[in-house]
Amino acid sequence: MSARDRILAKLKATAPESAGDLPDVGGWYADHRTQESTADKAKRFRHFIELAHAEVYSVSRGGWLQKLYEVLSAKQIDKLLVAPGTVHGARAQSDLPPLGIACPGYDTPIENWKPAMFNDTPAGFTAARGAIAETGTLILWPNADEPRLMSLVPPVHIVLLDAANIYNTFHEAMQTEGWQDGLPTNSLLISGPSKTADIQQTLAYGAHGPKELVVLMIEENV
Amino acid sequence: MHSRSAYPTDVYFFATCVVDQFFPGAGMDAITLLERQGIRVHFPEEQTCCGQPAYTSGFPDEARKVAALQLSLFPNDWPVVVPSGSCAGMMKHHYPTLFADDPARKAAAEKLSARVYELTQFLVDVLNFKPEDCGSDCTVVLHTSCSARREMGVHVTGRKLIGDLAKVKLAQQDHESECCGFGGTFSVKQPEISAAMVEDKVKALKATGAERVVSADCGCLMNILGHAAWKDQQEGRKTPSLPGEHIATFLLRRTAKENTQ
Amino acid sequence: MNAPQTPHALHFMPSAGFRARAKDVVENPFLRQSFRGAMDFLMSKRAAQFPDPEELESLRRLGERIRQYNLAKLPDLLVQLESNLTRNGIQVHWAETPEEANAIILGICQKHSAKLMVKGKSMVSEEIELNHAAEAAGIGALESDMGEYIVQLAHEKPSHIIMPAIHKTKEQIAKLFHENVPGVDYTDNVDALIQIGRNVLRQKFLEADIGLSGVNFAVAETGTLCLVENEGNGRMCTTAPPVHIAITGIEKIVEKLEHVPPLLSLLTRSATGQNISTYFNMISSPRKPGEKDGPGEVHLVLLDNGRSQAYADEQLRKTLQCIRCGACMNHCPVYTRIGGHAYGTTYPGPIGKIISPHMLGLEATANMATASSLCGACGEVCPVKIPIPELLIRLREESFTAPHANPTMRGQGAGHNARISAIWRAWSAIYASPALYRAASWLASRFRWLTPRRQAGWTSVRTPLQPAPKRLRDLIKERP
Ligand code: SF4
Repeated sequence: MSARDRILAKLKATAPESAGDLPDVGGWYADHRTQESTADKAKRFRHFIELAHAEVYSVSRGGWLQKLYEVLSAKQIDKLLVAPGTVHGARAQSDLPPLGIACPGYDTPIENWKPAMFNDTPAGFTAARGAIAETGTLILWPNADEPRLMSLVPPVHIVLLDAANIYNTFHEAMQTEGWQDGLPTNSLLISGPSKTADIQQTLAYGAHGPKELVVLMIEENV
Repeated sequence: MHSRSAYPTDVYFFATCVVDQFFPGAGMDAITLLERQGIRVHFPEEQTCCGQPAYTSGFPDEARKVAALQLSLFPNDWPVVVPSGSCAGMMKHHYPTLFADDPARKAAAEKLSARVYELTQFLVDVLNFKPEDCGSDCTVVLHTSCSARREMGVHVTGRKLIGDLAKVKLAQQDHESECCGFGGTFSVKQPEISAAMVEDKVKALKATGAERVVSADCGCLMNILGHAAWKDQQEGRKTPSLPGEHIATFLLRRTAKENTQ
Repeated sequence: MNAPQTPHALHFMPSAGFRARAKDVVENPFLRQSFRGAMDFLMSKRAAQFPDPEELESLRRLGERIRQYNLAKLPDLLVQLESNLTRNGIQVHWAETPEEANAIILGICQKHSAKLMVKGKSMVSEEIELNHAAEAAGIGALESDMGEYIVQLAHEKPSHIIMPAIHKTKEQIAKLFHENVPGVDYTDNVDALIQIGRNVLRQKFLEADIGLSGVNFAVAETGTLCLVENEGNGRMCTTAPPVHIAITGIEKIVEKLEHVPPLLSLLTRSATGQNISTYFNMISSPRKPGEKDGPGEVHLVLLDNGRSQAYADEQLRKTLQCIRCGACMNHCPVYTRIGGHAYGTTYPGPIGKIISPHMLGLEATANMATASSLCGACGEVCPVKIPIPELLIRLREESFTAPHANPTMRGQGAGHNARISAIWRAWSAIYASPALYRAASWLASRFRWLTPRRQAGWTSVRTPLQPAPKRLRDLIKERP
């Protein structure tokens, strides 16, 4: 018998007869969490992610690029890693270089340029799939166009978020979008810049991931 | 369950072995306090110990034998009042599990469980007792045992009784809800850790400046007062730096009309 | 500041010597104060996350229910998880013992001729002492969680499951970095120290052949591994190197994805008082064709190591509900006094006391269960309502009862002592008999002056116990 079979046999021999009904997770959320308007969700999202040290800027649907440029200028960043296969990435790649910001695209497997990613990429720009108001959390589903390391390795991560895609809770997000029917290679919740309190409980930012997290939040009435 | 509407005429008093042998005065005061509320207090002579020491030490068979005796001592459907949160907790919460394999005793244990009360809980929740303060101004600090707090959930009742005393100020100690380090055989099996805990507890109680510590559990009192007295001896103090007493004794004295203290 | 060194650099030292180690810490006012401060900090952060006791209680009940439901279905869920992970391209391995788990992991490393493995925080990898095994096989195993990195540099073990270096001051860490990291000047500025760690480890993420991680929840229905962290090193370990190996205990499994949000919320709020961690990382497959990063291979090692023993008993099974939040440690008056190293086991504190006997046997952990006053603070805060005090009582029983046939636990009876058992039998005989009790208590009060002045353990810091001159029953009789 293999280790697998022995473990399973032991467990099967002693498992309880019945597990009872499925836990009523939906019921708990219905009883304990309210549904808020888009504006209130945006407010709550902003409150919590700012508490976690992220910067949030409200932008109009047409104005995000201008704000992106301002943020980069203010931080004196002249190079931004973008995803050329995405609408926002392509837009940044066409509009920012004339303003003095280089926009290399993540268009080749990491093996071809790993040292440059780690040592020479000051900022990355991605979109968020959505967000969660309750905890001030961004939802990212990296993919072939916008790969995983973009939101992790560069010291500054700038994220474009449409406030219309903010959910009340994590539970609502996964239920509404049917995540149980299929998840991508990697899905992420990000709730601030990287941090640690491992030295004498003193909070420090930029442990291993981005030191700064900037959210450009598209809102209708901006 | 006994509700407030049914004011009891008779109760059983389960003293606990610690009160019987080490704090008999507290037991008498508790009985007197109950009698003053117009209640007949019955003390079954055959009572010994709830069995907790053996039970928590990992000797359930030995505990079961002792518990079985107590189970037979309360034939009438009267409340059983216990001047200790941990012994009350043992009878209320652990007797039914202790007799899980003995249907007759299990049923008896469940019946008993429903009418076991810790003393302060009984005074407040059943008798709606509101002590009238006849003493003079003083500050005390209350230590609630872990079982009273977490198992019986009665930390509020001791606090309420003292709060009802007009001239008594209740001081607040640091880390109030933390264990004093008694834990029955724990204090003997792990003396170093237990010592560190009681040391911190006594420091916190003293730091309030209260003139005495009051508790509804004699186990904790033995530990806390024992350490305070030891410290006094070590440091050559003649008068106790932290006197203390059972809450029944304190309440009785405060509410005694003839008493002007 | 002149911070004393922690008393012991640990390897594996369960149980034996526990009292001596505890004593060392208890008698060190500096350590006493620093543990107290750290635990106060964590307790107040947790409390701030749960302002509404009703909501907390209902969420804990839900958490408990979710864990119990999933444990009840564990064998089926493991099979479901395996088949969905395999379908997704993640390779699943099973290990009954730490040795098997190490062999699997090192086998994968060797297949890839790996020289360097970077590790995200994984208590299970501590449990199997992977670092020793890797070192012996000539593979560098580098911890990348800041706390774990510090502890590894100091050749110690974590003293807390969430905050591994909680026993260290920044001055000690400053010295450690200065002496061990080439070209680093002494600084005790925390930001600067973190920056030093960041720079060293970035280079390693770039070079590493293997990334190793733990798992917080494994979701059976989707075949997904979930990781909770704040630093980003977990994401680095699971994204940057070409191979990712995850290791987890067999119990950390949920059937439904929707079981995750309540458990996640309980976990981060109970552990560090955060409403959510910075990162929640869900991994469902290796790199797919066309994707530009992520490991080409992902493995999951499922470890038993005594868990199936706990599983076999209805009461002990509750041990496996644990989501490793560490709240029981933060609220434990014993842990607060002695810190994590004194326990000598991978998992310290209340959770350590109830899980370690299944991993190491009662023979190696017999005394641990006695190191509790049963105050109940752990059970009160446990987000999944594990009745830790009840389990401690049960473990005392398993340890102290004379060895018998068909024991539920390895090492049953290891703490058995004929003399102690005889004392309890005598105690029981006296207290179960009204007549004997009357006689014994009468003698004790009558000859109270004979009570010894030295009472083992008790009188080291207390005045001796002495029975009152008259018992309550005597006073009652004497009433007018
Ligand atoms: S036993 Fe409970 S409190 Fe302790 S680590 Fe596990 S889940 Fe957290």
